[in-house]
Amino acid sequence: MKYTKDHEWLRVEGDLVVVGITEHAATQLGDVVFVELPEPDTMVAEGDEVCVIESVKAASDILAPIDGEIVAVNGKLVDAPALVNEDPTGAAWFFKMRVDDLSVLDQFMDEDEYQDLIG
Amino acid sequence: MADPEPELLHLGLEALHVALGGKMVPFAGYLMPVQYPDGVLKEHLHTRAAAGLFDVSHMGQVILRPKAGMAALKLAFEALMPVDVLGLAEGRQRYGLLTNDQGGILDDLMFTNRGEHLYVVVNAACKAADIAHMTAMMPGVSVEPVADRALLALQGPGAEAALEAVLPGVAAMRFMDHRVIGDIWVSRSGYTGEDGFEISVPEVQAEGFARKLLAQPGVAPIGLGARDSLRLEAGLCLYGHDIDTTTSPVEANLTWALQKARRAGGAREGGFPGAARILRELAQGPERLRVGLCPEGRAPMREGVDLFARDGTPVGRVSSGGFGPSVNAPIAMGYVARSHATLGTELMGEVRGKRLPVTVCELPFHPTSYQR
Repeated sequence: MKYTKDHEWLRVEGDLVVVGITEHAATQLGDVVFVELPEPDTMVAEGDEVCVIESVKAASDILAPIDGEIVAVNGKLVDAPALVNEDPTGAAWFFKMRVDDLSVLDQFMDEDEYQDLIG
Repeated sequence: MADPEPELLHLGLEALHVALGGKMVPFAGYLMPVQYPDGVLKEHLHTRAAAGLFDVSHMGQVILRPKAGMAALKLAFEALMPVDVLGLAEGRQRYGLLTNDQGGILDDLMFTNRGEHLYVVVNAACKAADIAHMTAMMPGVSVEPVADRALLALQGPGAEAALEAVLPGVAAMRFMDHRVIGDIWVSRSGYTGEDGFEISVPEVQAEGFARKLLAQPGVAPIGLGARDSLRLEAGLCLYGHDIDTTTSPVEANLTWALQKARRAGGAREGGFPGAARILRELAQGPERLRVGLCPEGRAPMREGVDLFARDGTPVGRVSSGGFGPSVNAPIAMGYVARSHATLGTELMGEVRGKRLPVTVCELPFHPTSYQR
């Protein structure tokens, strides 16, 4: 698992990258009540706002961590946004991306580095 | 180095909030618990199911003491509000609104007739201005800020049993009754739509009193986050958001708070700041009205969301909005042109550049359960 400074996690699954938000981010957001997902099969660039999360407190965006194509989204989150708080690093993945070269993930933090960031 | 942030004020119960795991944030100049470890959603639902204890000591408690008799005090206070003060019996509380000369709202408040004086609770962010205003406008009245008293709210269906165990006798009180029990002042009122009490306690006793309440079955500490979602579901206004100096009480749909005695044809018609506009709006209807808004989808429509008629004409704006945990849906309140304020009117709200359907709906969103 890799981590971005925006508190997203990235996990390689076959030739795809699965993206979600960290437990730390979910806790900070508070109870999530609404999730808006991107359309599958869209090309996105690093930094694009691709998802919206609304908690009881506020709205926030999820940014595309890398350039690539969104090939799948987790429709369960639309019906059950609370999954983001219950299982942020498992069942509550947001989208899967296809990238040209998986080595692009090397730039991101590993677990220890991320723990240092939020510690 | 200069400190750019104004100094935050501290609640007397801050140590208790921290001990309970409260997440402390700045609010209205105070460091306040926005939530406890349970989080906003659970705290909200807990209050509706059992009982929630809120620390609202940031609010302004004020005694209005007459220099020349209660009758003169009541008349002087009536001259500041479109509200019947004379008709309020001893031991009873009422909702009031301080208005300005333009008919806008300077603050909303609760006032209580305590026989020898009036006890007033005002909003934290307005209290300095309110005290200055009342002092300047009522020379025959001593306006005395109450220092060194905490204000707690115990709300929810379990509130009566929990408070009765600590302060026997309160179960006999009805909605908007007020009692002085020793040095504790109790009102049967609140800001959640639930039955409950607001309790003013000398600061030195406050932590012990709060701990006694928290030890009662079903009582949990509740933060500001759930306080906001509870009052929104109850359709209650938040000053500075749903009402302010530009909104009149009639536009704000608070005409229930304007008793007959102060209206056209009443015994003491007019004679309050902004009477010309307020009486005109009562007679002719306001140009815009605060209404309940039910977004059709799941996306919350928050404060500032612009509202449009289905033909694209701008008709208003959301004044507060979010997610209602008990109704399990997004809810909002806002001001819309009177032509579009009828229940069931279908509007559009612009969220992140997209216009989404929203319907004018009845307030409150969640039924109230006051013990009248």
